[in-house]
Amino acid sequence: MPRWFYQLASPRWCYQITGRLLPGFAIAALLLLMIGTVWGLAFAPPDYQQGNSFRIIYLHVPTAYMAQSIYLTMAIAGAIGLIWKMKVADMVAKSCAPIGAALAVLALATGAIWGKPTWGSWWVWDARLTSMLILLFLYLGVIALNSAIESESTAAQSTAVLALVGLVNIPIIKYSVDWWNTLHQPATFKVTEKPAMPPEMWIPLLIMVIGFYCFFAVVLMLRLRNEILHRERRTSWVRELLLQMRG
Amino acid sequence: MSFDSFSEFLAMGGHGLYVWSSYALGLAVMLGCVLSPILTRKRLITEQQRRLRREEETSS
Repeated sequence: MPRWFYQLASPRWCYQITGRLLPGFAIAALLLLMIGTVWGLAFAPPDYQQGNSFRIIYLHVPTAYMAQSIYLTMAIAGAIGLIWKMKVADMVAKSCAPIGAALAVLALATGAIWGKPTWGSWWVWDARLTSMLILLFLYLGVIALNSAIESESTAAQSTAVLALVGLVNIPIIKYSVDWWNTLHQPATFKVTEKPAMPPEMWIPLLIMVIGFYCFFAVVLMLRLRNEILHRERRTSWVRELLLQMRG
Repeated sequence: MSFDSFSEFLAMGGHGLYVWSSYALGLAVMLGCVLSPILTRKRLITEQQRRLRREEETSS
């Protein structure tokens, strides 16, 4: 195992490095999200079929991506915690769940609001929508399980197993639009093809996606630092930190 | 600029309610995501400092 892997395992080191990384990521998230939103809302051309309601895409697609990426992060962190008994990985997994749940709610809600003028309905039992709803339930299950189990290490193990089992839902979400060709439109970005939209439409979308990744990093670090402070509250380094803050 | 006037921008070609409610909801959820851990941190630090002070008092 490389040296950084062991450093990552140290809560104290993680607390310090996230403290240094936070301001940069916060500024990047704020700038990218502001530029992307203004560009998407005011400067991107309207869609030739959907008119201006398509501008919801700049919120809907990034939040849907994030809901899945965060799930992946949570499952991988959970697996690392299970295999190497790494406490920080457990804390990362625990911190991911509420952020992922919030963004899954946002993806579903913006999708419903977009669906009304486009499909004429807030909700349909389309494969993509249903699998995203299951993703939200998986997050809620992880959060509930975490709070129901008193012992931190048992809670981490059980939620990691639940997260890993739920991983099967991620490819279902991704390929749902190809396997069941129902209402939801196909993917906007594909690795192998050029986007079907003009650059002045997809560049702001890409900016929003990167902005949301930075936003996730910021919130994850904030939550992780709280988790570290709480669990390491009896250690001498946290005690020193608290004494320094008192001044 | 994709719009000729500010009122057209607000109207979003008749879809204003849908577009603006989406973005208002987005802003609210994201602010919540950031504020919640910041408030938790404040609470954690006050609690722990109170505990430290108690320990100092009992030991002296």
